[in-house]
Amino acid sequence: MFPPPAGQFPYTRGIHETMYRGRLWTMRQFSGFSTPEETNARYRRLLEAGQTGLSVAFDLPTLMGYDADHPLSFGEVGKCGAPISSLEDIEALFHAIPLDRITVSMTINSPAAVIWAMYLVAAEKQGADVSLLSGTLQNDILKEYIAQKEYIFPPRPSMRLVTDTIEFATRHTPRFNPLSVSGYHIREAGSTAVQELAFTIRDGLEYVDWALERGLGIDEFAPRLSFFFNAHSDFFEEIAKYRAARQLWATLMRDRYGATDERSMRLRFHAQTAGSSLTWQQPYNNVVRTTLQAMAAVLGGAQSLHTNSLDEAFALPTEQAATLALRTQQVIAYESGITATPDPFGGSYFVENLTSELDAGAREYIAKIDSMGGMIPAIEQGYPQAEIAKASYADQLKTESGEKVVVGVNKFVSQDTGSPLEILQMDRQAESRQCEKLRVLRASRSNEAVARTLGALVRAAEGAENLMPLLLDAVRAYATLGEICAALKEVFGTWRETPAV
Amino acid sequence: MEGDSGRMTVPIRVLVAKPGLDGHDRGAKVIARALRDAGMEVIYTGLRQTPEMIVNAALQEDVQVIGLSILSGAHNAIIPRVMDLLREKEMTDVKVVVGGIIPDEDARALEQQGVTRVFQPGASLDSIVACVREAAGRQ
Repeated sequence: MFPPPAGQFPYTRGIHETMYRGRLWTMRQFSGFSTPEETNARYRRLLEAGQTGLSVAFDLPTLMGYDADHPLSFGEVGKCGAPISSLEDIEALFHAIPLDRITVSMTINSPAAVIWAMYLVAAEKQGADVSLLSGTLQNDILKEYIAQKEYIFPPRPSMRLVTDTIEFATRHTPRFNPLSVSGYHIREAGSTAVQELAFTIRDGLEYVDWALERGLGIDEFAPRLSFFFNAHSDFFEEIAKYRAARQLWATLMRDRYGATDERSMRLRFHAQTAGSSLTWQQPYNNVVRTTLQAMAAVLGGAQSLHTNSLDEAFALPTEQAATLALRTQQVIAYESGITATPDPFGGSYFVENLTSELDAGAREYIAKIDSMGGMIPAIEQGYPQAEIAKASYADQLKTESGEKVVVGVNKFVSQDTGSPLEILQMDRQAESRQCEKLRVLRASRSNEAVARTLGALVRAAEGAENLMPLLLDAVRAYATLGEICAALKEVFGTWRETPAV
Repeated sequence: MEGDSGRMTVPIRVLVAKPGLDGHDRGAKVIARALRDAGMEVIYTGLRQTPEMIVNAALQEDVQVIGLSILSGAHNAIIPRVMDLLREKEMTDVKVVVGGIIPDEDARALEQQGVTRVFQPGASLDSIVACVREAAGRQ
């Protein structure tokens, strides 16, 4: 019943022997909005406030591979993240932030290879040694088809792009995490804890299979794979979920793939508190929810953490709300004493039992998806999507009936409606400014170089070579994100899911 | 169910759509199921619908109500366009109900532009079903 101590296989109790006594988690607050310039200013203030890493939120046009001046970007530019259409925008985003000293996490998926190419060129132009860069690319396309739905290309060419980045990182940026396998969005879409765990781990196996197929050795790339989980409200279930994730991954890496390097077996993860648990009613309660969720992530041994702001059911956070969220982590880290020992709940009958149950539940799902031929056929049949939709509707019905209590929403409701919070006001000119920057860029760059590099990219995409070097060339010529994605769509086509309720 | 099926009337037809680039479809799917469970005929368009696609679908499907779910903050750009198109096509009898991450000030502005009701986070399924029923002229 009692697993080995932290730092020992299967790492149920933590991946390091001393955990936070050796080193605290990275406090990494996700942010981005309006324009690259405004986001840069927010980043610099967050770093001054003691944040220890950056995490970039991109706006929807960027996530979908459209430039700010594309008709479908209308109204969306800078709304839920920073707009990035070209190398010029990435340079502005990281202006005066030394990329060889700050680790940057980028929440980008379908066009991740393109944005990463922009990031690498921007770092190179700052004078950084690219081989020493450290950071994380989310780059988890499978959970896009499953949950978040920000996909561009069909699954197989998308998996090729992910594999290209893994291969490139293995050879050229050995300290960079090219992939963060993400359960966060699966959970936010309404899954249960066991579904989040199972689909995430099974997605991880799919990426491993593709990288092995590419010819990489398991211990060459697996140490750089990282994970991203939700920190939801059921306190002990969440702690058990992280413990189960570590032991599952370690066991699968050893037994299914024959990994021998311990680093391949150690599951490192980022956690974010649950956005979907935050309420519009009585929003100050959200601070308490976030604190409990963050505690679960820390007690569960997270390597980095984002705490949500209290105003997220209204809009993107104000600077004041974002600072309070960071302070929440700092209070847990420096005042609570939780960091004194690894896995304080290890050996608790309840937590050990929950860990075993989640492990077993996830294994059942993994076996089911294996029997379907892997995650891509499962996605094509809509299997994980339907499981999540079922769970999400059941959860909503429980809230409606009062079986599940949401304080301030279906119990302890106060008469006072109306929002007492100040809401972040967006710069209404951001979209037109971004469009104007693009107009100037297209007029001033060498359009011959753009056409040449995009032509080479299309030819390479028709074959099987790694596309990263061609993306770097296109980005250096200031080809835009939209132009690059349009070129790839010519070869790869696009993906559209069948709407199902 | 009691209001509709009990009297054997023609079911209310509702179009549930996700406009803009936002892919967060949890809410839209939950609402679509709830309206269906309440006896309505629900047409779910799926993701990334332009205002033109939504209004055309509403016309072809002959719906009484359009439900729009939007969480990306692009509501002030997209929803007025839907309302304009409905006016252009003389479809103002089709009622529009909106749900999403929409600040109070914007919600009031949208309602002034003819949106029947804006539901903010935490709205109950019962209140949404009742609103759609009322918008369709059934109490």
